[in-house]
Amino acid sequence: MLRIDCPWCGVRNEDEFSYGGDATVERPADHASQDDWYHYVYTRQNPAGPHREYWHHVNGCRAWLVVERDTVTHEIFSTAPASPNLPDPDGRAR
Amino acid sequence: MFAGSFAGNGWLSPVILYVVSTNNKLMHYSGFSLLKQALTGNRGWTRAWRNLEPRKRYDVVIIGGGGHGLATAYYLAKLHGITDVAVVEKGYIGGGNTGRNTTIVRSNYMLNPNAQFYEHSMKLWEGLSQDLNYNVMFSQRGVLNLIHNDAQRDAFARRGNALRLNGIDAVMHDLDGVRKLMPHLDFSKNTRFPVQGGLAQPRGGTARHDAVAWGYARAADRLGVEIFQKCEVTGIKRKGDQVISVETTRGPIEAGQVGVAVAGNSSRLFDMVGMKLPIESHVLQAFVTEGIKPLVNTVCTFGAGHFYISQSDKGGLVFGGDIDGWNTYAQRGNLPTFNHVVAGGVTMMPCLARLRVLRQWGGVMDMSMDGTPIIGKTPIDNLYLNGGWCYGGFKATPASGWVFAHTIANDKPHALNAEFTLERFREGNIIDEKGVGASPKSH
Repeated sequence: MLRIDCPWCGVRNEDEFSYGGDATVERPADHASQDDWYHYVYTRQNPAGPHREYWHHVNGCRAWLVVERDTVTHEIFSTAPASPNLPDPDGRAR
Repeated sequence: MFAGSFAGNGWLSPVILYVVSTNNKLMHYSGFSLLKQALTGNRGWTRAWRNLEPRKRYDVVIIGGGGHGLATAYYLAKLHGITDVAVVEKGYIGGGNTGRNTTIVRSNYMLNPNAQFYEHSMKLWEGLSQDLNYNVMFSQRGVLNLIHNDAQRDAFARRGNALRLNGIDAVMHDLDGVRKLMPHLDFSKNTRFPVQGGLAQPRGGTARHDAVAWGYARAADRLGVEIFQKCEVTGIKRKGDQVISVETTRGPIEAGQVGVAVAGNSSRLFDMVGMKLPIESHVLQAFVTEGIKPLVNTVCTFGAGHFYISQSDKGGLVFGGDIDGWNTYAQRGNLPTFNHVVAGGVTMMPCLARLRVLRQWGGVMDMSMDGTPIIGKTPIDNLYLNGGWCYGGFKATPASGWVFAHTIANDKPHALNAEFTLERFREGNIIDEKGVGASPKSH
């Protein structure tokens, strides 16, 4: 059982969240090359070790998070909002 | 192994089970050899394969001593006359995914490349014990996929028709037909997802999974293939577009050609040559209950969730469901998925709630971006990839080795794996049996 520290809700069980995959891939520009799009859509580093990944607190506050987690030990190093447009965890607009 | 089954029946003292002769004489297994050993205290069983030190160079090095790597080595030697082959395995034979699945064999795929490939595998399964001279306990007890609503019935009818057009067996069952096959399901009308029927593949079934690894290892060894356990690849040395050697924990080994069959860890291996693959690694769990009298005499899958179950010859119910759903290389499962899997199982077959789970394990899957394996050449001339197996690896073992051996021996794919290329993603020719897109956790 992963225990993810949601910046808004506190530490919650894994089954409140949905996994969103590798958070290091960046969407290329619309006119980027086919090769860039190929890598964005299909290829992943898939490391054994620290991994930055998206989680959606879908059965909680419904915010998207970026979690840094080890794919071998499952230790979670950090949790942060995925978007700068979300309100601060303490409630103030940013 | 045979000795074990006799002692289990109380025939012989277990004390003598582990006496293995140091004599490396090749031994043919038969009813006669079994009887002879039984009458002479089981002292004459020889090693199933040799224990050697790696040489400096081999024509072909296969990385990964699972079912797929060993089958590849076996067919290279048997069908293509390439016997200067080393198989290097980081752990022990039978300790990886070959021994971590739920042992199901079927070929009920709808898309043409999958249908042809898995049906070829099924045909190889049907003669495998004889071919290998090793009892893999292949049991064609059938696979039954349950139907719970009208749309599913239409989809399964379409699948069944596609199968039959491809010469693969498929039978649609109404409720009475399902009742005969699986009398202990919840047939009440008040359940959330009432059973309406099922699509069966009677030639599907199960096989003893670790016997498949051992059988291929022994058969390959007899043809001259050399198998090295506890021999982990730590690096791949290249010269331009050629691999020249693999670095291992038992020293460097030069290779004419290198085949990689390490599903679960393909990304790590290809990271050694600076390539990213269309693969994520996820864990899939399997479970076994305490042994009980015969209850489930086919393989049955729940159509309103993800749950599959069969009964082993020892009596334990073997079952599984979804992957845990997030990247991991840990060969262990987690409780939320266990709860989810069991909830589906108990919904389908309420009597399961009375049983205790005896064992649980996890295996790391290469989840590919379209749910289909990748078997073929890579941008590096003499390096070949066999991976991306998702859930499909065990049943594919014979055909996977068969086509991979062909690909390595001829430096080009066989017609059966011609569409399982790495380039298909770049070209848009994906083979997405489930139709869920580039989301590895969903396949």
